[in-house]
Amino acid sequence: MRNAWIIAGKEFRSYFSSTIAYVFLVVFLVFTALLFFELQKFFVIGQATLRDFFGLVPILLLFFVPAISMRMWAEERKLGTLETLMTLPVKDWEVVVGKFLASFLFLLLGIALTLPLAIIVGALGPLDWGTTFCGYLGLALLGATYLSIGLWISSTTENQIVAFIGAAVLCTILFLAGVDLILTSLPRWLVPFMKGLSVGSHLDSVQRGVIDSRDIIYYLSMIGFFLFLNARAVEDRMGK
Amino acid sequence: MIEVNRLTKRFGATVALNGVSFEVARGEVLGLLGPNGAGKTTAMRVITCYIAADEGTTTVAGFDTATQSVDVRRAIGYLPESAPVYQDMGVVEYLRFMGRVRGMDDPHLAQRTDEMIETCGLARMAHRVIGTLSKGYRQRVGLAQSLLHDPQVLILDEPTSGLDPNQIVEIRSLIKHIGEEKTVILSTHILPEVESTCSRVLIINEGVIVASGTPGELASQSAGEQHVYVTIKGDPARIEPVLRDSGLASGLRLIAARPDRVRYAITASGEEPEAALFALAVRNDWVLTELHREEVSLEQVFTRLTTRESINA
Repeated sequence: MRNAWIIAGKEFRSYFSSTIAYVFLVVFLVFTALLFFELQKFFVIGQATLRDFFGLVPILLLFFVPAISMRMWAEERKLGTLETLMTLPVKDWEVVVGKFLASFLFLLLGIALTLPLAIIVGALGPLDWGTTFCGYLGLALLGATYLSIGLWISSTTENQIVAFIGAAVLCTILFLAGVDLILTSLPRWLVPFMKGLSVGSHLDSVQRGVIDSRDIIYYLSMIGFFLFLNARAVEDRMGK
Repeated sequence: MIEVNRLTKRFGATVALNGVSFEVARGEVLGLLGPNGAGKTTAMRVITCYIAADEGTTTVAGFDTATQSVDVRRAIGYLPESAPVYQDMGVVEYLRFMGRVRGMDDPHLAQRTDEMIETCGLARMAHRVIGTLSKGYRQRVGLAQSLLHDPQVLILDEPTSGLDPNQIVEIRSLIKHIGEEKTVILSTHILPEVESTCSRVLIINEGVIVASGTPGELASQSAGEQHVYVTIKGDPARIEPVLRDSGLASGLRLIAARPDRVRYAITASGEEPEAALFALAVRNDWVLTELHREEVSLEQVFTRLTTRESINA
Protein backbone atom coordinates (compact mmCIF):
# COMPACT_ATOMS: atom_id res chain seq x y z
CA MET A 1 0.00 0.00 0.00
CA ARG A 2 2.95 2.26 0.63
CA ASN A 3 3.82 2.20 -3.05
CA ALA A 4 0.25 3.11 -3.94
CA TRP A 5 0.59 6.29 -1.91
CA ILE A 6 3.98 7.12 -3.41
CA ILE A 7 2.56 6.74 -6.88
CA ALA A 8 -0.55 8.68 -5.91
CA GLY A 9 1.56 11.56 -4.63
CA LYS A 10 3.59 11.70 -7.80
CA GLU A 11 0.55 11.53 -10.07
CA PHE A 12 -1.36 14.14 -8.09
CA ARG A 13 1.55 16.54 -8.30
CA SER A 14 1.91 15.92 -12.00
CA TYR A 15 -1.64 17.13 -12.60
CA PHE A 16 -0.37 20.55 -11.60
CA SER A 17 2.79 20.52 -13.66
CA SER A 18 0.93 21.92 -16.61
CA THR A 19 -1.69 24.62 -16.86
CA ILE A 20 -4.33 22.07 -17.81
CA ALA A 21 -5.25 21.35 -14.22
CA TYR A 22 -5.76 24.98 -13.39
CA VAL A 23 -7.79 25.60 -16.54
CA PHE A 24 -9.88 22.57 -15.76
CA LEU A 25 -10.66 23.67 -12.21
CA VAL A 26 -11.51 27.19 -13.26
CA VAL A 27 -13.79 26.06 -16.06
CA PHE A 28 -15.50 23.54 -13.82
CA LEU A 29 -16.12 26.10 -11.10
CA VAL A 30 -17.27 28.80 -13.47
CA PHE A 31 -19.66 26.46 -15.22
CA THR A 32 -21.04 25.16 -11.97
CA ALA A 33 -21.63 28.59 -10.53
CA LEU A 34 -23.02 29.99 -13.74
CA LEU A 35 -25.45 27.16 -14.31
CA PHE A 36 -26.56 27.01 -10.70
CA PHE A 37 -27.14 30.68 -10.16
CA GLU A 38 -28.31 31.67 -13.60
CA LEU A 39 -29.68 28.75 -15.57
CA GLN A 40 -31.37 27.10 -12.67
CA LYS A 41 -32.80 30.44 -11.61
CA PHE A 42 -31.65 30.25 -8.05
CA PHE A 43 -32.47 33.82 -7.23
CA VAL A 44 -35.85 33.63 -8.88
CA ILE A 45 -36.83 30.58 -6.88
CA GLY A 46 -35.48 32.15 -3.73
CA GLN A 47 -35.00 29.01 -1.72
CA ALA A 48 -31.91 28.43 0.39
CA THR A 49 -31.33 24.95 -0.88
CA LEU A 50 -28.62 23.26 -2.90
CA ARG A 51 -30.97 20.70 -4.34
CA ASP A 52 -30.58 21.96 -7.88
CA PHE A 53 -26.84 22.15 -7.41
CA PHE A 54 -26.75 18.47 -6.54
CA GLY A 55 -28.95 17.75 -9.50
CA LEU A 56 -26.71 19.70 -11.80
CA VAL A 57 -23.23 18.56 -10.81
CA PRO A 58 -23.71 14.85 -11.63
CA ILE A 59 -24.42 15.88 -15.18
CA LEU A 60 -21.41 18.17 -15.34
CA LEU A 61 -19.25 15.39 -13.96
CA LEU A 62 -20.20 13.24 -16.92
CA PHE A 63 -18.01 15.54 -18.92
CA PHE A 64 -15.44 16.69 -16.40
CA VAL A 65 -14.47 13.39 -14.83
CA PRO A 66 -13.44 11.71 -18.09
CA ALA A 67 -11.25 14.76 -18.64
CA ILE A 68 -9.47 14.01 -15.37
CA SER A 69 -9.00 10.31 -16.03
CA MET A 70 -8.19 10.28 -19.72
CA ARG A 71 -4.46 10.86 -19.46
CA MET A 72 -3.75 8.56 -16.56
CA TRP A 73 -2.95 5.37 -18.45
CA ALA A 74 -3.22 6.42 -22.08
CA GLU A 75 -0.39 8.91 -21.83
CA GLU A 76 1.93 6.49 -20.06
CA ARG A 77 1.33 3.90 -22.69
CA LYS A 78 1.87 6.35 -25.50
CA LEU A 79 5.09 7.81 -24.11
CA GLY A 80 6.45 4.44 -23.12
CA THR A 81 6.79 5.35 -19.45
CA LEU A 82 4.44 2.52 -18.56
CA GLU A 83 7.30 0.16 -19.31
CA THR A 84 9.53 1.81 -16.73
CA LEU A 85 6.72 1.97 -14.19
CA MET A 86 5.59 -1.62 -14.51
CA THR A 87 9.12 -2.98 -14.30
CA LEU A 88 9.55 -1.43 -10.87
CA PRO A 89 9.07 -3.78 -7.91
CA VAL A 90 5.42 -2.82 -7.44
CA LYS A 91 2.33 -4.94 -7.62
CA ASP A 92 -0.07 -4.15 -10.43
CA TRP A 93 -2.87 -3.30 -8.06
CA GLU A 94 -0.67 -0.80 -6.25
CA VAL A 95 -0.29 1.17 -9.45
CA VAL A 96 -4.01 0.94 -10.21
CA VAL A 97 -4.95 2.12 -6.73
CA GLY A 98 -2.28 4.81 -6.73
CA LYS A 99 -3.56 6.33 -9.92
CA PHE A 100 -7.12 6.13 -8.70
CA LEU A 101 -6.24 7.86 -5.45
CA ALA A 102 -4.46 10.66 -7.26
CA SER A 103 -7.34 11.38 -9.61
CA PHE A 104 -9.86 11.06 -6.81
CA LEU A 105 -7.97 13.57 -4.71
CA PHE A 106 -7.92 15.94 -7.63
CA LEU A 107 -11.65 15.49 -8.10
CA LEU A 108 -12.22 16.10 -4.40
CA LEU A 109 -10.27 19.28 -4.73
CA GLY A 110 -12.56 20.45 -7.49
CA ILE A 111 -15.65 19.55 -5.52
CA ALA A 112 -14.28 21.15 -2.36
CA LEU A 113 -13.70 24.35 -4.25
CA THR A 114 -17.45 24.63 -4.78
CA LEU A 115 -17.92 25.04 -1.02
CA PRO A 116 -17.91 28.83 -1.26
CA LEU A 117 -21.06 28.42 -3.31
CA ALA A 118 -22.68 26.47 -0.50
CA ILE A 119 -21.49 29.01 2.02
CA ILE A 120 -23.03 31.80 0.01
CA VAL A 121 -26.35 30.00 -0.13
CA GLY A 122 -26.07 29.35 3.59
CA ALA A 123 -25.52 33.01 4.19
CA LEU A 124 -28.60 33.93 2.23
CA GLY A 125 -31.01 31.71 4.09
CA PRO A 126 -31.52 28.70 6.33
CA LEU A 127 -29.55 25.99 4.60
CA ASP A 128 -29.86 22.44 5.86
CA TRP A 129 -26.19 21.60 6.37
CA GLY A 130 -26.90 17.95 7.15
CA THR A 131 -28.54 17.47 3.80
CA THR A 132 -25.77 19.46 2.18
CA PHE A 133 -23.10 17.27 3.73
CA CYS A 134 -24.85 14.14 2.50
CA GLY A 135 -25.13 15.69 -0.90
CA TYR A 136 -21.41 16.34 -1.05
CA LEU A 137 -20.69 12.81 0.13
CA GLY A 138 -22.91 11.50 -2.62
CA LEU A 139 -21.09 13.65 -5.16
CA ALA A 140 -17.74 12.28 -4.03
CA LEU A 141 -18.97 8.70 -4.38
CA LEU A 142 -20.56 9.40 -7.72
CA GLY A 143 -17.46 11.13 -8.99
CA ALA A 144 -15.30 8.26 -7.79
CA THR A 145 -17.50 5.85 -9.69
CA TYR A 146 -17.16 7.85 -12.90
CA LEU A 147 -13.43 8.02 -12.26
CA SER A 148 -13.05 4.28 -11.93
CA ILE A 149 -14.88 3.88 -15.23
CA GLY A 150 -12.73 6.55 -16.86
CA LEU A 151 -9.51 5.01 -15.57
CA TRP A 152 -10.46 1.61 -16.87
CA ILE A 153 -11.21 3.03 -20.32
CA SER A 154 -7.95 4.96 -20.24
CA SER A 155 -6.04 1.75 -19.57
CA THR A 156 -7.41 0.16 -22.72
CA THR A 157 -6.07 2.71 -25.17
CA GLU A 158 -3.10 4.86 -26.07
CA ASN A 159 -5.24 7.68 -27.31
CA GLN A 160 -6.45 10.20 -24.74
CA ILE A 161 -9.32 11.39 -26.92
CA VAL A 162 -10.62 7.85 -27.28
CA ALA A 163 -10.26 7.45 -23.54
CA PHE A 164 -12.24 10.62 -22.94
CA ILE A 165 -15.05 9.82 -25.33
CA GLY A 166 -15.30 6.21 -24.25
CA ALA A 167 -15.53 7.17 -20.60
CA ALA A 168 -18.02 9.97 -21.23
CA VAL A 169 -20.24 7.70 -23.29
CA LEU A 170 -20.18 4.84 -20.80
CA CYS A 171 -20.86 7.11 -17.85
CA THR A 172 -23.70 8.78 -19.74
CA ILE A 173 -25.29 5.46 -20.59
CA LEU A 174 -25.11 4.35 -16.99
CA PHE A 175 -26.53 7.65 -15.92
CA LEU A 176 -29.37 7.73 -18.41
CA ALA A 177 -30.27 4.12 -17.83
CA GLY A 178 -31.70 5.07 -14.45
CA VAL A 179 -33.55 8.13 -15.56
CA ASP A 180 -37.32 7.70 -15.45
CA LEU A 181 -37.81 8.75 -19.02
CA ILE A 182 -35.68 5.86 -20.21
CA LEU A 183 -36.93 3.38 -17.63
CA THR A 184 -40.53 3.76 -18.64
CA SER A 185 -39.74 2.92 -22.23
CA LEU A 186 -37.96 -0.32 -21.35
CA PRO A 187 -39.64 -3.74 -21.16
CA ARG A 188 -41.00 -4.46 -17.68
CA TRP A 189 -38.65 -7.26 -16.78
CA LEU A 190 -35.61 -5.15 -17.56
CA VAL A 191 -36.51 -2.29 -15.28
CA PRO A 192 -35.35 -3.62 -11.88
CA PHE A 193 -32.12 -4.76 -13.48
CA MET A 194 -31.42 -1.36 -15.01
CA LYS A 195 -32.44 0.40 -11.85
CA GLY A 196 -29.97 -1.66 -9.89
CA LEU A 197 -27.12 -1.06 -12.26
CA SER A 198 -27.54 2.49 -13.32
CA VAL A 199 -25.92 5.44 -11.77
CA GLY A 200 -28.98 7.54 -12.49
CA SER A 201 -31.21 5.69 -10.10
CA HIS A 202 -28.77 5.88 -7.22
CA LEU A 203 -28.64 9.61 -7.15
CA ASP A 204 -30.99 9.95 -4.19
CA SER A 205 -28.07 10.26 -1.83
CA VAL A 206 -26.86 13.09 -3.90
CA GLN A 207 -29.97 14.94 -4.82
CA ARG A 208 -32.07 14.73 -1.74
CA GLY A 209 -29.15 14.64 0.60
CA VAL A 210 -30.24 11.36 2.05
CA ILE A 211 -27.67 8.69 2.80
CA ASP A 212 -29.07 5.36 1.79
CA SER A 213 -26.85 2.38 2.49
CA ARG A 214 -27.99 0.74 -0.71
CA ASP A 215 -26.60 3.65 -2.68
CA ILE A 216 -23.29 3.55 -0.85
CA ILE A 217 -22.99 -0.18 -1.44
CA TYR A 218 -23.80 0.41 -5.07
CA TYR A 219 -21.12 3.05 -5.50
CA LEU A 220 -18.45 1.10 -3.67
CA SER A 221 -19.23 -2.03 -5.64
CA MET A 222 -19.06 -0.19 -8.93
CA ILE A 223 -15.77 1.42 -7.99
CA GLY A 224 -14.34 -1.93 -6.97
CA PHE A 225 -15.61 -3.57 -10.13
CA PHE A 226 -14.11 -1.02 -12.50
CA LEU A 227 -10.81 -0.89 -10.64
CA PHE A 228 -10.68 -4.65 -11.04
CA LEU A 229 -11.35 -4.27 -14.77
CA ASN A 230 -8.62 -1.63 -14.83
CA ALA A 231 -6.10 -4.03 -13.31
CA ARG A 232 -7.15 -6.78 -15.69
CA ALA A 233 -6.79 -4.51 -18.71
CA VAL A 234 -3.27 -3.54 -17.65
CA GLU A 235 -2.28 -7.16 -17.09
CA ASP A 236 -3.86 -8.23 -20.34
CA ARG A 237 -1.74 -5.84 -22.34
CA MET A 238 1.31 -7.38 -20.74
CA GLY A 239 0.19 -10.85 -21.62
CA LYS A 240 -0.33 -11.94 -18.06
CA MET B 1 22.59 -15.18 -12.75
CA ILE B 2 20.08 -15.15 -15.58
CA GLU B 3 18.70 -18.25 -17.19
CA VAL B 4 16.35 -18.19 -20.12
CA ASN B 5 14.90 -21.52 -21.06
CA ARG B 6 12.99 -22.19 -24.28
CA LEU B 7 11.39 -18.78 -24.26
CA THR B 8 8.56 -18.39 -26.73
CA LYS B 9 6.43 -15.32 -27.30
CA ARG B 10 3.86 -14.70 -29.97
CA PHE B 11 2.07 -11.51 -30.86
CA GLY B 12 -0.94 -12.67 -32.77
CA ALA B 13 0.39 -14.57 -35.76
CA THR B 14 3.96 -13.30 -35.40
CA VAL B 15 6.41 -15.35 -33.43
CA ALA B 16 8.68 -12.83 -31.77
CA LEU B 17 10.75 -15.37 -29.86
CA ASN B 18 10.92 -19.03 -30.76
CA GLY B 19 12.26 -21.32 -28.09
CA VAL B 20 15.19 -19.09 -27.17
CA SER B 21 17.56 -20.38 -24.49
CA PHE B 22 20.65 -18.76 -23.05
CA GLU B 23 22.42 -18.03 -19.81
CA VAL B 24 24.23 -15.04 -18.45
CA ALA B 25 26.77 -15.63 -15.71
CA ARG B 26 27.41 -13.19 -12.90
CA GLY B 27 29.66 -10.37 -13.99
CA GLU B 28 29.24 -10.98 -17.71
CA VAL B 29 28.37 -8.27 -20.16
CA LEU B 30 26.21 -9.92 -22.77
CA GLY B 31 25.46 -8.21 -26.03
CA LEU B 32 22.23 -9.01 -27.83
CA LEU B 33 22.81 -8.28 -31.44
CA GLY B 34 20.23 -8.46 -34.15
CA PRO B 35 18.37 -6.58 -36.84
CA ASN B 36 15.33 -4.56 -35.93
CA GLY B 37 12.44 -6.79 -35.07
CA ALA B 38 14.67 -9.73 -34.20
CA GLY B 39 13.25 -10.18 -30.73
CA LYS B 40 15.87 -8.44 -28.57
CA THR B 41 13.42 -6.04 -26.94
CA THR B 42 10.86 -8.79 -26.44
CA ALA B 43 13.43 -10.96 -24.69
CA MET B 44 14.39 -8.08 -22.42
CA ARG B 45 10.78 -7.33 -21.63
CA VAL B 46 10.23 -10.90 -20.53
CA ILE B 47 13.32 -10.85 -18.34
CA THR B 48 12.27 -7.57 -16.72
CA CYS B 49 8.73 -8.91 -16.22
CA TYR B 50 7.09 -6.31 -18.38
CA ILE B 51 5.43 -8.98 -20.50
CA ALA B 52 4.77 -12.61 -19.85
CA ALA B 53 6.07 -15.33 -22.14
CA ASP B 54 3.78 -17.85 -23.77
CA GLU B 55 6.14 -20.74 -23.11
CA GLY B 56 9.41 -21.30 -21.34
CA THR B 57 10.87 -20.14 -18.05
CA THR B 58 13.17 -17.32 -17.10
CA THR B 59 14.98 -16.90 -13.82
CA VAL B 60 16.96 -13.92 -12.59
CA ALA B 61 19.11 -14.24 -9.48
CA GLY B 62 17.24 -17.41 -8.70
CA PHE B 63 13.79 -15.84 -8.93
CA ASP B 64 11.27 -16.99 -11.52
CA THR B 65 9.82 -14.17 -13.61
CA ALA B 66 6.42 -15.79 -13.73
CA THR B 67 5.92 -16.48 -10.04
CA GLN B 68 8.27 -14.12 -8.25
CA SER B 69 8.13 -11.12 -10.50
CA VAL B 70 8.42 -8.48 -7.80
CA ASP B 71 11.61 -10.10 -6.52
CA VAL B 72 12.99 -10.21 -10.02
CA ARG B 73 12.24 -6.55 -10.58
CA ARG B 74 13.88 -5.61 -7.36
CA ALA B 75 17.13 -7.15 -8.56
CA ILE B 76 17.09 -5.48 -11.95
CA GLY B 77 17.81 -2.00 -13.22
CA TYR B 78 16.17 -1.49 -16.61
CA LEU B 79 16.56 1.14 -19.27
CA PRO B 80 13.93 0.57 -21.97
CA GLU B 81 14.35 1.66 -25.56
CA SER B 82 14.25 5.45 -26.04
CA ALA B 83 14.72 5.88 -22.31
CA PRO B 84 11.16 6.86 -21.40
CA VAL B 85 11.18 9.18 -18.43
CA TYR B 86 8.48 11.43 -16.99
CA GLN B 87 8.95 14.69 -18.79
CA ASP B 88 7.04 16.83 -16.36
CA MET B 89 9.29 16.07 -13.42
CA GLY B 90 12.62 17.54 -12.45
CA VAL B 91 15.68 15.32 -12.63
CA VAL B 92 16.16 15.07 -8.89
CA GLU B 93 12.42 14.75 -8.30
CA TYR B 94 12.28 11.88 -10.76
CA LEU B 95 15.18 10.02 -9.24
CA ARG B 96 13.78 10.48 -5.76
CA PHE B 97 10.45 9.08 -6.93
CA MET B 98 12.05 6.04 -8.52
CA GLY B 99 14.14 5.46 -5.42
CA ARG B 100 11.20 5.70 -3.07
CA VAL B 101 9.15 3.25 -5.08
CA ARG B 102 12.10 0.90 -4.83
CA GLY B 103 11.92 1.16 -1.09
CA MET B 104 15.00 3.28 -0.58
CA ASP B 105 14.73 5.47 2.46
CA ASP B 106 15.57 9.11 2.58
CA PRO B 107 19.14 9.64 3.75
CA HIS B 108 20.39 6.72 1.66
CA LEU B 109 18.27 7.81 -1.29
CA ALA B 110 19.56 11.37 -1.21
CA GLN B 111 23.13 10.12 -1.19
CA ARG B 112 22.58 7.69 -4.04
CA THR B 113 20.76 10.34 -6.06
CA ASP B 114 23.75 12.64 -5.77
CA GLU B 115 26.09 9.81 -6.68
CA MET B 116 24.09 8.90 -9.77
CA ILE B 117 23.87 12.49 -10.90
CA GLU B 118 27.64 12.63 -10.63
CA THR B 119 28.25 9.28 -12.34
CA CYS B 120 25.93 9.98 -15.24
CA GLY B 121 27.18 13.49 -15.80
CA LEU B 122 23.93 15.19 -14.86
CA ALA B 123 25.38 17.71 -12.43
CA ARG B 124 24.66 20.73 -14.58
CA MET B 125 21.14 19.56 -15.43
CA ALA B 126 20.08 18.36 -12.01
CA HIS B 127 17.60 21.14 -11.41
CA ARG B 128 16.04 21.18 -14.83
CA VAL B 129 12.71 19.71 -15.80
CA ILE B 130 13.29 16.55 -17.80
CA GLY B 131 11.15 17.70 -20.69
CA THR B 132 13.61 20.52 -21.32
CA LEU B 133 16.62 18.24 -21.65
CA SER B 134 18.09 16.95 -24.88
CA LYS B 135 17.74 13.30 -25.79
CA GLY B 136 21.24 12.52 -24.64
CA TYR B 137 20.63 13.91 -21.18
CA ARG B 138 17.28 12.21 -20.91
CA GLN B 139 19.00 8.96 -21.69
CA ARG B 140 21.44 9.64 -18.90
CA VAL B 141 18.55 10.25 -16.53
CA GLY B 142 17.15 6.90 -17.58
CA LEU B 143 20.51 5.29 -16.96
CA ALA B 144 20.77 6.99 -13.57
CA GLN B 145 17.39 5.62 -12.63
CA SER B 146 18.44 2.11 -13.61
CA LEU B 147 21.55 2.26 -11.42
CA LEU B 148 20.06 4.10 -8.50
CA HIS B 149 19.34 1.11 -6.33
CA ASP B 150 22.64 -0.58 -7.15
CA PRO B 151 21.04 -3.60 -8.81
CA GLN B 152 22.86 -6.85 -9.43
CA VAL B 153 21.57 -6.97 -12.96
CA LEU B 154 21.37 -4.22 -15.54
CA ILE B 155 19.28 -4.53 -18.67
CA LEU B 156 19.84 -1.85 -21.28
CA ASP B 157 17.86 -1.67 -24.51
CA GLU B 158 19.81 0.21 -27.13
CA PRO B 159 21.42 2.52 -24.58
CA THR B 160 23.21 4.65 -27.14
CA SER B 161 20.50 5.11 -29.71
CA GLY B 162 19.95 8.69 -30.71
CA LEU B 163 23.08 9.98 -29.00
CA ASP B 164 25.77 12.04 -30.64
CA PRO B 165 29.23 10.49 -31.04
CA ASN B 166 30.66 12.13 -27.92
CA GLN B 167 27.79 10.99 -25.78
CA ILE B 168 28.05 7.51 -27.23
CA VAL B 169 31.66 7.22 -26.19
CA GLU B 170 30.84 8.39 -22.68
CA ILE B 171 27.93 6.01 -22.24
CA ARG B 172 29.96 3.10 -23.55
CA SER B 173 32.80 3.67 -21.18
CA LEU B 174 30.30 4.03 -18.38
CA ILE B 175 28.72 0.72 -19.31
CA LYS B 176 32.11 -0.92 -19.53
CA HIS B 177 32.95 0.36 -16.08
CA ILE B 178 29.63 -0.84 -14.68
CA GLY B 179 30.14 -4.18 -16.38
CA GLU B 180 33.18 -4.80 -14.25
CA GLU B 181 31.01 -5.35 -11.20
CA LYS B 182 27.53 -6.15 -12.41
CA THR B 183 25.80 -8.51 -14.77
CA VAL B 184 24.71 -6.60 -17.84
CA ILE B 185 22.62 -7.42 -20.87
CA LEU B 186 22.62 -4.81 -23.52
CA SER B 187 21.01 -4.85 -26.90
CA THR B 188 22.13 -3.01 -29.95
CA HIS B 189 22.41 -3.19 -33.66
CA ILE B 190 25.59 -1.16 -33.69
CA LEU B 191 28.38 -3.68 -34.08
CA PRO B 192 31.37 -1.67 -32.86
CA GLU B 193 29.49 -1.15 -29.62
CA VAL B 194 29.39 -4.87 -29.01
CA GLU B 195 33.06 -5.28 -29.74
CA SER B 196 34.03 -2.54 -27.35
CA THR B 197 31.80 -3.31 -24.39
CA CYS B 198 30.71 -6.94 -24.38
CA SER B 199 32.41 -10.06 -23.17
CA ARG B 200 29.97 -12.29 -24.99
CA VAL B 201 27.58 -11.87 -27.87
CA LEU B 202 24.33 -13.47 -28.95
CA ILE B 203 23.17 -12.83 -32.46
CA ILE B 204 19.42 -13.06 -32.75
CA ASN B 205 17.44 -13.09 -35.93
CA GLU B 206 13.71 -13.57 -36.35
CA GLY B 207 13.23 -14.85 -32.84
CA VAL B 208 16.03 -17.41 -32.90
CA ILE B 209 19.64 -17.31 -31.69
CA VAL B 210 21.84 -17.81 -34.71
CA ALA B 211 25.24 -17.40 -33.09
CA SER B 212 26.77 -17.22 -29.65
CA GLY B 213 30.27 -16.61 -28.35
CA THR B 214 32.88 -13.96 -27.66
CA PRO B 215 33.37 -11.42 -30.42
CA GLY B 216 36.65 -13.10 -31.29
CA GLU B 217 35.15 -16.60 -31.37
CA LEU B 218 32.39 -15.50 -33.67
CA ALA B 219 34.81 -13.95 -36.08
CA SER B 220 36.99 -17.04 -36.29
CA GLN B 221 34.05 -19.47 -36.39
CA SER B 222 32.73 -17.82 -39.47
CA ALA B 223 36.11 -17.28 -40.97
CA GLY B 224 35.65 -20.09 -43.44
CA GLU B 225 37.88 -19.38 -46.28
CA GLN B 226 39.95 -16.28 -46.00
CA HIS B 227 41.26 -14.15 -48.75
CA VAL B 228 44.69 -12.65 -48.98
CA TYR B 229 45.03 -9.64 -51.22
CA VAL B 230 48.36 -9.13 -52.97
CA THR B 231 49.53 -6.49 -55.43
CA ILE B 232 52.74 -7.29 -57.27
CA LYS B 233 54.77 -4.93 -59.40
CA GLY B 234 56.19 -6.61 -62.37
CA ASP B 235 55.29 -8.18 -65.67
CA PRO B 236 51.78 -9.66 -65.35
CA ALA B 237 52.42 -12.30 -67.95
CA ARG B 238 55.33 -13.72 -66.01
CA ILE B 239 53.79 -13.43 -62.57
CA GLU B 240 50.68 -15.49 -63.00
CA PRO B 241 52.23 -18.80 -64.04
CA VAL B 242 54.63 -18.64 -61.12
CA LEU B 243 51.81 -18.11 -58.71
CA ARG B 244 49.81 -20.95 -60.12
CA ASP B 245 52.72 -23.32 -60.03
CA SER B 246 53.68 -22.39 -56.51
CA GLY B 247 50.96 -24.54 -55.02
CA LEU B 248 50.26 -21.93 -52.38
CA ALA B 249 46.91 -20.85 -53.56
CA SER B 250 43.94 -23.10 -53.90
CA GLY B 251 42.22 -20.32 -55.76
CA LEU B 252 43.53 -17.37 -57.61
CA ARG B 253 41.42 -14.52 -58.77
CA LEU B 254 42.62 -11.57 -60.76
CA ILE B 255 41.14 -8.36 -59.48
CA ALA B 256 42.97 -5.69 -61.42
CA ALA B 257 45.71 -5.62 -64.01
CA ARG B 258 47.82 -2.74 -65.23
CA PRO B 259 50.82 -2.88 -67.48
CA ASP B 260 53.18 -2.78 -64.58
CA ARG B 261 51.30 -4.45 -61.76
CA VAL B 262 48.60 -6.94 -60.94
CA ARG B 263 46.26 -7.44 -57.99
CA TYR B 264 45.04 -10.85 -56.98
CA ALA B 265 42.73 -12.24 -54.38
CA ILE B 266 44.16 -15.53 -53.26
CA THR B 267 42.13 -18.07 -51.40
CA ALA B 268 44.84 -19.26 -49.15
CA SER B 269 45.52 -22.71 -48.00
CA GLY B 270 48.05 -23.35 -45.32
CA GLU B 271 48.81 -21.62 -42.09
CA GLU B 272 50.44 -18.38 -43.03
CA PRO B 273 50.10 -17.75 -46.69
CA GLU B 274 51.47 -14.25 -46.33
CA ALA B 275 54.87 -15.51 -45.28
CA ALA B 276 55.01 -17.97 -48.13
CA LEU B 277 53.92 -15.35 -50.63
CA PHE B 278 56.55 -12.99 -49.34
CA ALA B 279 59.21 -15.65 -49.74
CA LEU B 280 58.00 -16.34 -53.25
CA ALA B 281 58.19 -12.66 -54.12
CA VAL B 282 61.72 -12.43 -52.81
CA ARG B 283 62.83 -15.47 -54.83
CA ASN B 284 61.38 -13.96 -58.00
CA ASP B 285 62.47 -10.41 -57.36
CA TRP B 286 58.96 -9.02 -57.26
CA VAL B 287 57.99 -5.86 -55.42
CA LEU B 288 54.96 -6.32 -53.23
CA THR B 289 52.98 -3.16 -52.77
CA GLU B 290 50.07 -4.82 -50.98
CA LEU B 291 49.83 -7.93 -48.91
CA HIS B 292 46.98 -8.24 -46.50
CA ARG B 293 44.50 -10.75 -45.20
CA GLU B 294 40.85 -9.94 -45.23
CA GLU B 295 39.78 -9.89 -41.61
CA VAL B 296 36.36 -11.37 -41.14
CA SER B 297 34.67 -8.71 -39.11
CA LEU B 298 31.77 -9.08 -36.79
CA GLU B 299 29.83 -7.11 -39.32
CA GLN B 300 30.36 -9.79 -41.91
CA VAL B 301 29.43 -12.50 -39.46
CA PHE B 302 26.30 -10.60 -38.66
CA THR B 303 25.33 -10.00 -42.24
CA ARG B 304 26.10 -13.54 -43.22
CA LEU B 305 24.02 -14.99 -40.42
CA THR B 306 21.09 -12.69 -40.55
CA THR B 307 20.54 -12.38 -44.25
CA ARG B 308 21.20 -15.98 -45.08
CA GLU B 309 18.84 -17.05 -42.33
CA SER B 310 16.13 -14.86 -43.72
CA ILE B 311 16.61 -16.33 -47.13
CA ASN B 312 16.46 -19.86 -45.79
CA ALA B 313 13.50 -19.23 -43.53
